[in-house]
Amino acid sequence: MSSGFPRLLLAGLLALASGAAGARELRVCADPNNLPFSNDKGEGFENRIAALVAQDLGATVTTIWWAQRRGFIRNTLKAGLCDLVPGTMLGMEMLRSTRPYYRSGYVFVTRADGPQIRSFDDPSLKDLRIGVQLVGDDGVNPPPAAALARRGLADRVVGYTLYGDYAQPDPAGRIVAAVAKGDVDVAVVWGPFAGYFAPRQPVPLTVTPVQPQTEGLMPMVFDIAMGVRREDKPLAEEVDAALSRHRGEIDAILAQYGVPRLDRTGQAGP
Amino acid sequence: MLPEPERPGRYWRCGRKKGEDELRRRSLIWIAIIAALAAGPVTAQTSAPQPPASAAPPEDGQWAMPAKNYASTRYSGLDEINTGNVDRLQVAFTFSLGVNRGQEAPPLVVGDTMYIQAPYPNVLYALDLTRPGAPLKWSYEPKPEAAAQGVACCDVVTRGPAFADGRVYMNTLDGNTIAVDAATGQEVWRTKLGNINIGETITMAPLVAKGKVLVGNSGGEYGVRGWIAALDAATGKLAWKAYNTGPDADVLIGPDFKPFYEADRGKDLGVTTWPPGAWQQGGGNVWGWISYDPDLNLIYHGTGNPGPWNPDLRPGDNKWTAGIFARDIDTGAARWAYQWSPHDLFDHDGINETILLDMTWQGQPRKVLVRPERNGYVYVLDRTTGEVLSAKPFAPITSSSGVDLETGRLSMVADKAPQTGKVIRDICPAAPGAKDWNPSAYSPKTGLLYIPHNNLCEDLLGMEANYIAGTPYVGAEVRMKPGPGGHRGEFTAWNIAEEKPAWTVKEPFPVWSGALVTAGDVVFYGSFEGWFKALDARTGKLLWQFKTGSGIIGQPTTYRGPDGHQYVAILSGAGGWAGAIVAGDLDPRDPTAALGFVAAMGDLKQATTRGGMLYVFRLP
Repeated sequence: MSSGFPRLLLAGLLALASGAAGARELRVCADPNNLPFSNDKGEGFENRIAALVAQDLGATVTTIWWAQRRGFIRNTLKAGLCDLVPGTMLGMEMLRSTRPYYRSGYVFVTRADGPQIRSFDDPSLKDLRIGVQLVGDDGVNPPPAAALARRGLADRVVGYTLYGDYAQPDPAGRIVAAVAKGDVDVAVVWGPFAGYFAPRQPVPLTVTPVQPQTEGLMPMVFDIAMGVRREDKPLAEEVDAALSRHRGEIDAILAQYGVPRLDRTGQAGP
Repeated sequence: MLPEPERPGRYWRCGRKKGEDELRRRSLIWIAIIAALAAGPVTAQTSAPQPPASAAPPEDGQWAMPAKNYASTRYSGLDEINTGNVDRLQVAFTFSLGVNRGQEAPPLVVGDTMYIQAPYPNVLYALDLTRPGAPLKWSYEPKPEAAAQGVACCDVVTRGPAFADGRVYMNTLDGNTIAVDAATGQEVWRTKLGNINIGETITMAPLVAKGKVLVGNSGGEYGVRGWIAALDAATGKLAWKAYNTGPDADVLIGPDFKPFYEADRGKDLGVTTWPPGAWQQGGGNVWGWISYDPDLNLIYHGTGNPGPWNPDLRPGDNKWTAGIFARDIDTGAARWAYQWSPHDLFDHDGINETILLDMTWQGQPRKVLVRPERNGYVYVLDRTTGEVLSAKPFAPITSSSGVDLETGRLSMVADKAPQTGKVIRDICPAAPGAKDWNPSAYSPKTGLLYIPHNNLCEDLLGMEANYIAGTPYVGAEVRMKPGPGGHRGEFTAWNIAEEKPAWTVKEPFPVWSGALVTAGDVVFYGSFEGWFKALDARTGKLLWQFKTGSGIIGQPTTYRGPDGHQYVAILSGAGGWAGAIVAGDLDPRDPTAALGFVAAMGDLKQATTRGGMLYVFRLP
């Protein structure tokens, strides 16, 4: 092929460039189609925070794209495909967590001209259609689903698969769009997700953090950290250091994506 | 309202003369008697249940479909290898599949060619058995979409292809059904049935019968609604498709639907036994086995567990999940249905193999189906009506107390029902069930069903939170552990007529391979450590074993080679659900270990590594 030579040359240049940067590679696993967290164009906030961390470590990011479904950690991090997974829950058993870099919670999403809900104990819920996300795993629910079931509201629940139709852009955005369209009266969704998609709807939506922050033993609020393999303590410590050095920049990125923060006074809520 | 009393003969179809059937039946009985006499004292008292002749034709030395025949006996009439000489088996040839993932497929043999399908990327290999070392004749690469790997719940397995009329029919992980010319390895047609973008994959083996290719989907854990489809074998065009949840029109429930039990009668139960709309994500997938009775013109297929909500979010029976359907093969119309586990609490898919037999039951001749089920019971059902004749435990069960034969309903033990945030100990069987997908074998000589299975229980230790970008979620923290006796697997020979085990062999790990039994009275299976074993079918005595390179979770087969001699074949390669457990890496620091509970499979990594190799054995 006629373009063979230039392509080879380009590869050589790229190798030189990364060599100059210290030849360190940070292999990151991420979902190619899951905004606002990540996508293969690098437009998600986790993409950007991972790049910040890599920069701090003097490394270049190599992203391994893998749909984040059941088995994601097993098939990626634990299979050795990558070394870092941004956006994991603090204390997840399958991996070693870094320090958390944000805390968010479940929120109620409603139309601005619709009912305003703050609590699962709101009596009006029994007359509403309530959108909740379904997770692809056996016998597990997001905490809001369990909270609704406990109040005998299973009949009011409309399930939206978290993964949606993966052939579409922003497949998981469907549940927020459903509120805007009036398919459901209220949706209970994870904060970062609502904070990003709600302002992108054709009608004004209200995002209200779930109160109280726990439902019995079940939290409605979670700390999010990065994850490494259990044995990679040195990497976890390096990432910890990078996260604290870039605290301000990370906060700015999260704010830019509308992530409802529950770890900072005054930043809770929309 | 009680159904009409069962009258044998009522369902014998027109199109074949009744006299012919009786003749056939009589000759079968004679064969059974002769076999029983030859077999000696073990079965001399009664004639063993026999598969219907139309579903289990005479031995031809081939192995054309995973279940061997439509009755799904996985029994071969070959007897060159027998209890007297099996200890001399040696390797004839091997072949690497080039994929070190869970190898669940059976090596098929038709004529002088062996056909093997690898896990994703699902390459189909044809080996020439006429030449030394069985060299590759052709290979066919279906090139499934890589993204399918991320969608498959547990491993990128396949349970095999099926051969019919000069073609090999196969499914790919990314949801295609493909017909391949068996002589040339060229693709004849390809039909896309599954959509990986919504979480649908296909891992089951197709069943090819009466000019149709029957296929079902996987993906219940993603909220994918289960269906079974029939394609025209000649063209790949869709003939019919039936869903297993939703309105009767979708389920293909019409005027011919006559379920045996009251609970299964009524309009649109696939809708009304769910919270509003939940059936749309209700699971009930068809990722296991299908049997076919040509005389009744019915297929039998199981349905997977309800998904993906936990039970609190789906009050009701969740029809038609965790059950079985009898459907007309021509139209897909449901004839009857039954749920093994209505409102399943334990991820107990109802997709296991269904063995079709004709037998005398309490003095009456009955056409039955036998199902060793995930919930721990060996069921015997009248396959014309769906009536449960028997349901006896073949493994330790604490989560249910038996099946009420009046109502057909499984009686649950309330204390063992999972509840978010609550500690519940000693639930038996565990989530993978007393037995998962791996099929048993039935010998019409011994009357025994050879069941490879688990001895696993579990503790639910309160709440475990998890996270996938998009939403945190919670489930019970599950700790699986060996059942009573401390071993995790068993291989049980079950006397169907007497409703009890004849013998049981204990295995340290769950038995995740299929079984094969032969007229030589040898039964074969494999272990997770990689041992391929031959047992005396009557006594369970270990006669021979060979250590393969990796754990065995495949389906053994046997055939008569071009040289006229009998061969036995198995794929070696650990993975599947258990592979997930290995990689899932249960925490050795688990505090429950101190109380004596050992995570069920923590030591598997010391016992085996991944692999992907065919082993074929013969006598010297």
